[in-house]
This record gives sequence, C-alpha cells and structure tokens, in this order.
Amino acid sequence: MSTFDQTSLWIVIMGMALGSFALRFAFIGFMGGRQMPDWLMRHLRYTAVAILPALVTPLVVWPSPTGGETSLPHLAVAVLTFVVGYLTRNVLWALLSGAGGFLLLFLLG
Amino acid sequence: MAITTPKSLFLKGLVDSLPFLLVASPFGLLFGVLSAEAGLNVLEALAFSLAVFAGAAQFTALQLLQENTPLLIVLASALAVNLRMGMYSASLTPYLGAAPMWQRAIAAYLTVDQSYALSIVKFEDEPELTVPQRMGYFFGTTSVIAPSWMAATVIGAWVGAQIPASWGLDFVLPLAFLAMIGPMLRTPAHMVACLVAIVVSLPATLMPHNLGLIVAGLAGMMAGAQTELWLEQASARSKAKQETAP
Repeated sequence: MSTFDQTSLWIVIMGMALGSFALRFAFIGFMGGRQMPDWLMRHLRYTAVAILPALVTPLVVWPSPTGGETSLPHLAVAVLTFVVGYLTRNVLWALLSGAGGFLLLFLLG
Repeated sequence: MAITTPKSLFLKGLVDSLPFLLVASPFGLLFGVLSAEAGLNVLEALAFSLAVFAGAAQFTALQLLQENTPLLIVLASALAVNLRMGMYSASLTPYLGAAPMWQRAIAAYLTVDQSYALSIVKFEDEPELTVPQRMGYFFGTTSVIAPSWMAATVIGAWVGAQIPASWGLDFVLPLAFLAMIGPMLRTPAHMVACLVAIVVSLPATLMPHNLGLIVAGLAGMMAGAQTELWLEQASARSKAKQETAP
C-alpha cells in the first residue's frame, strides 16, 4: 500500500518543519507589532475551513476501503461525524461518533 | 493581594490546558496509527510529530504522500493547512513581541490551536500582565500538551504496526478531519468557505498531481473572505438606514 520512499518522507518532514516554523516565527520574530494588510488577514481566516473540506470531500465520496466506489454507508458515517461536530461544537464528541460509525462499518462490512 | 509570578502563571496555563488533552491525545494516537499503516516506523512517526508539531498539517501530508503526489504539492498543501499558524503568530505579537528572541523562537515552535486559543483570551482579559507573565502562561499551556502529543504518536505508531491493513483504517483519516471541521464553522462566512471548497473539490480532482486541493482551497478562502466583506457592508448599510429613519 505504501508507495513513497524514505527520501520523500524525510524531505516532507524537514520541509514541513522548516515551513511550519517559518510561518509561526514570521510575525512574532520579524514583524514586531506591525499590522498585516486586512485583505490578507481576511483570507487567512478561511484557510482551514476551506482546505480541510477540500481534502476530505473526495476521500468521502470515493472512499479507499471500497476501492474508490461511492458507498452510502461510508457517506452516512462521514455526514454523522460532521453533523455531530457542528451541533456539539466539540471535536471529541464528533470523533467518538465517527469512531462508532467506523466500527459499525467494520462489523457490517 | 495574590502575587502572580511568571511561575504561577505557568501553572495556571498548565491547568487551563488539561481539558485539551482529551482532544490532543486521541489525535496523536490516530496520527501514529495511520503513519504506521502508511509504512512509517515508530521513529519516523515520532520525528514527524517532533519536527512539525501541527496535527492537521501532518494528517494532510500523510494522506498526500500515499497518493504519490509530487513533493512540492505535498509541502504546499500541508503548509496551506498551517497558514493559520501565521495568523496566530501575528495576533500574539502585540503581547509577546517584546520578549527575548530565544523565548520568541520557542514560543513560535509551540504555537498551536490550543496554546493560541487559551493565551489570546487570557491576554485580552488581563491586559495588566507583564511580558514574562504572559510568556509563563503561554509556555504553561503547552507544557503537557506537547509531550502528550509526542507520546501518543509513539504509542499509536507502535499499536498501528500490529493492525492489519484489511481493517480499512484509511477511512478514519477523513473522519478525523470532519470532526475538526464542524466546530470551526462559527460564522456564515465560514460555512460559505466550506461549502464552496466542497463543491469545487470534486471536479478539481480531475486536475493532475492533486493540484485540485489547492485550487478548491483557494476558491473556498476567497468565497469566505468575500462573504465576510458583504456581510459587513450589509450590516453597515442597515445600521445607516436605521439612523436616518424618522
């Protein structure tokens, strides 16, 4: 299943370590108290709520355990996890419902 | 009057952060398990968590690596997930920017969702805190979370190595992300950003090298930013109307 090699892995780890640190250090280290432009801040506010759904949606619509075939049970578990997270505002409850749903998929499938 | 030293604020931060352990530990475990499923050994999984220390970005990179995505796109996507850290850093700067450089460097490494969320509230509520007191609190909030994240990764990687691939654990990863997304949707603009990203992401999978992820993500960000702007303008207009009404 794993198709990537050690070199790629370490390049990604080192690249992410440097990149993440740079992102976190950029402002507190160099910017001092200067303000970032409004338009940039306004876009940055939506990075996580945009990138994560964009990553997840194809994985849910074409799940890997079925070999990429759309499956109603998998969709249902995904929707359940999302809705519980949205309604309870609590990552832990969402994760637990997801785990429960996954267990059902596993036992039934 | 209570004496608040940097040390007592460190303890305060530590105590305030404890509830977050319930969230960080399962995700750390999960990261370990999934990296084992992806073929990483315990050492590699730990190195990943130690070097990067950002859950969502680590999950993203792990997923894309398994899809044979070009490394540049893996890095760009994972760092895009981490862009919010830049925002956190910017918003903490007015409070911590005056601390010595070595402390700021350590604080940068320890900037995660939990430490930011707790600290910014504390700093805003108690503007009288000195810079060393604030640093004490900030370090306190990560003093337990960071080691637990690493430990959970190791345990997960070790356990994951014993789990057969036939269990289909790959599907837990999208579930973990979905669990994170729900609580993030606090405003209509967040929901628009999320919805647009979802809609664009499906046709965008036709693009080569997983570039569609970045395109869909950017589309969502622009939609969210634009919605925020519209809502602000609309509320300003309705306010103006009320004031001019007889």
